[in-house]
Amino acid sequence: MARKILLEKIDIPGIKDYEVYRKNGGYAAVEKALKSMTPDEVTEHVKTSGLRGRGGAGFPMGLKWSFIDKKSGKPRHLVVNADESEPGTFKDRFLMEYIPHLLIEGAIVSSYALEANLSYIYIRGEYMWVYKILEKAIKEAYANGWLGKNILGTGYSLDLHVHCGAGAYICGEETALIESLEGKRGNPRIKPPFPAVSGLWNEPTVVNNVESISAVPWVVNNGGDEYAKIGLGKSTGTKLISASGHIKNPGVYEIELGLSVEEFMTSDEYLGGMIDDRPLKAFIPGGSSVPILPAQYIFKTANNEDRLMTYESLADGGFTTGSSLGSGGFIVYNDTACIVRNTWNFSRFYHHESCGQCSPCREGTGWMEKILHRIETGTGREEDIELLWSIQAKIEGNTICPLGDAAAWPVAAAIRHFREEFEYHVRFPEKIKNRDHFVNEPMEKVRHLISK
Amino acid sequence: MEKRVYYQEINITEELSARINELVSHYPADKKKSALIPVLHVVQDAHENWLSIPLMDKVAEILGITPIEVYEVVTFYTMFNQKPVGKYMFEFCRTSCCAILGGDDMMEYACQKLGVKEGETTPDGLFSVAGVECLGACGYGPMLQLGDFYHEKLTKEKIDALIEDCKQGKINLY
Ligand SMILES: Cc1cc2nc3c(=O)[nH]c(=O)nc-3n(C[C@H](O)[C@H](O)[C@H](O)COP(=O)(O)O)c2cc1C
Ligand code: SF4
Ligand code: FES
Repeated sequence: MARKILLEKIDIPGIKDYEVYRKNGGYAAVEKALKSMTPDEVTEHVKTSGLRGRGGAGFPMGLKWSFIDKKSGKPRHLVVNADESEPGTFKDRFLMEYIPHLLIEGAIVSSYALEANLSYIYIRGEYMWVYKILEKAIKEAYANGWLGKNILGTGYSLDLHVHCGAGAYICGEETALIESLEGKRGNPRIKPPFPAVSGLWNEPTVVNNVESISAVPWVVNNGGDEYAKIGLGKSTGTKLISASGHIKNPGVYEIELGLSVEEFMTSDEYLGGMIDDRPLKAFIPGGSSVPILPAQYIFKTANNEDRLMTYESLADGGFTTGSSLGSGGFIVYNDTACIVRNTWNFSRFYHHESCGQCSPCREGTGWMEKILHRIETGTGREEDIELLWSIQAKIEGNTICPLGDAAAWPVAAAIRHFREEFEYHVRFPEKIKNRDHFVNEPMEKVRHLISK
Repeated sequence: MEKRVYYQEINITEELSARINELVSHYPADKKKSALIPVLHVVQDAHENWLSIPLMDKVAEILGITPIEVYEVVTFYTMFNQKPVGKYMFEFCRTSCCAILGGDDMMEYACQKLGVKEGETTPDGLFSVAGVECLGACGYGPMLQLGDFYHEKLTKEKIDALIEDCKQGKINLY
């Protein structure tokens, strides 16, 4: 059986409720940290653990915490990023919905390490029922003396609140999230200054993902060195993977980093293989923003090594033959999926979600959506494929925040790996009129046409 | 295009007012503006799920900010409606993971059944259909959101049943 850290207690009946959570060892990390450790000792443990941010970028968490400005004497804040809007990602919702006190416990210990006295959980507005679950759990934590003034008589005080957004993917980007928490439009800020110096209300702030913060209680209870023993190399610990698409068992899984992609996809303990045993065509390991990979690079890297569920192995080959662990939004496509249609779908998403501040992103995402739509609906031209390539290349690296890159990469990867599908669409418009064209006649059956 | 003026009755009840005060108390006294988005949600929920200009002005007054600060926010976030919507708003996820499992078919089915196009409301004001982006239920698609809740692994039969339940007033939105 796989190692469980975050979901260790998930099957205990009633673990959602305070009493049950507490009886099963909940809030022990708060007692331990506040009573027997200094804030910097907590940070040291998180550093030794090797825990990397689970929101997408994989930045070492302890290092990020050590950047927070404690010298200026300004109030500090922890903001938990529960915006979770990256297509394919639904793991944070699972944690918050089924074991909300774990996140609250983690937020208390983490705020203590940062010496923050006012912290927030920013949750996407659509998760309104989860917002209410968290609100209730926070009330319980206050009522039992885990939040508020002088916690456990240690002199440490913390207020924690849950705050909701209102439907904007961009608010997942940490500076947009801060703007939104200040009651404004979610426009990302130009960095530097980084939030660790000037964040919420221009005060030092750390933003971390729900899953990252939920791992902290275990690290405090067991020690950073114990955590570092789990996983593989620099990919320490466990990761939640939310799996969707054409697989038998979609859902949220906790895996030990280092598991092979093949085992994850085929074993009955995890995804259980493909629906109807149809052929695997492509997968996206880390949410819509990371490159899509074709079948030949899924189980093996370009060097013919086993592809593993680690930050390093998934990125092996760079963007030419690799991808990224990202947020752990694992999307699997079989041969009925149309890559052109899917890329158009993602471009529409990014165009819709662009905040509009930078012209390459605002205009570029719109052009990509338009061109992809015309290719998908049978009115594309041969030169459109080059045009798309050049537009995506002009967005990448030229914008305030990484949403621009996130919009460009999926288009680049789709053209790189599935160019013949684009050509097929352009050259045989009559065959792709129906949106289910590959359901009726998968690419394998028509590939011979384009070689002519 | 047809131009229409919509009228909205503003009613800040005691209960709503208490809830607003509670939300405002989550932020430092000089940072009341931070409560704007949570406050707009509860105000919208109490006003048939939309926000007219006079209602936005009212929110500005309550939070001690200028009306433009409220308009800026309302126009940025997709969950705020600037004109009336159906009592039961079916918001279908149209993003990839749901789409490959038949999400488009489900939305088309609902539209056809209710006699509306995407983005429209039925003449009796009971139903609206809208396409939205990924709602974080990708493993359980196709899905839709109705009020605060998600309806997952949709089939045509489930949509039929849901519409029927709405008509009979059996669905809780919040
Ligand atoms: C467009 C965009 C959307 C993002 N969405 C999320 C999100 O929904 N949740 C999240 O935790 N991080 C998201 N991030 C990453 C955050 O900016 C930030 O890196 C992260 O919250 C840091 O937490 P971590 O270090 O614990 O991962 C997003 C980034 C970008 C550029
Ligand atoms: S890259 Fe796009 S989303 Fe990011 S700041 Fe620029 S316009 Fe906004
Ligand atoms: S793609 Fe539909 S909920 Fe994520």
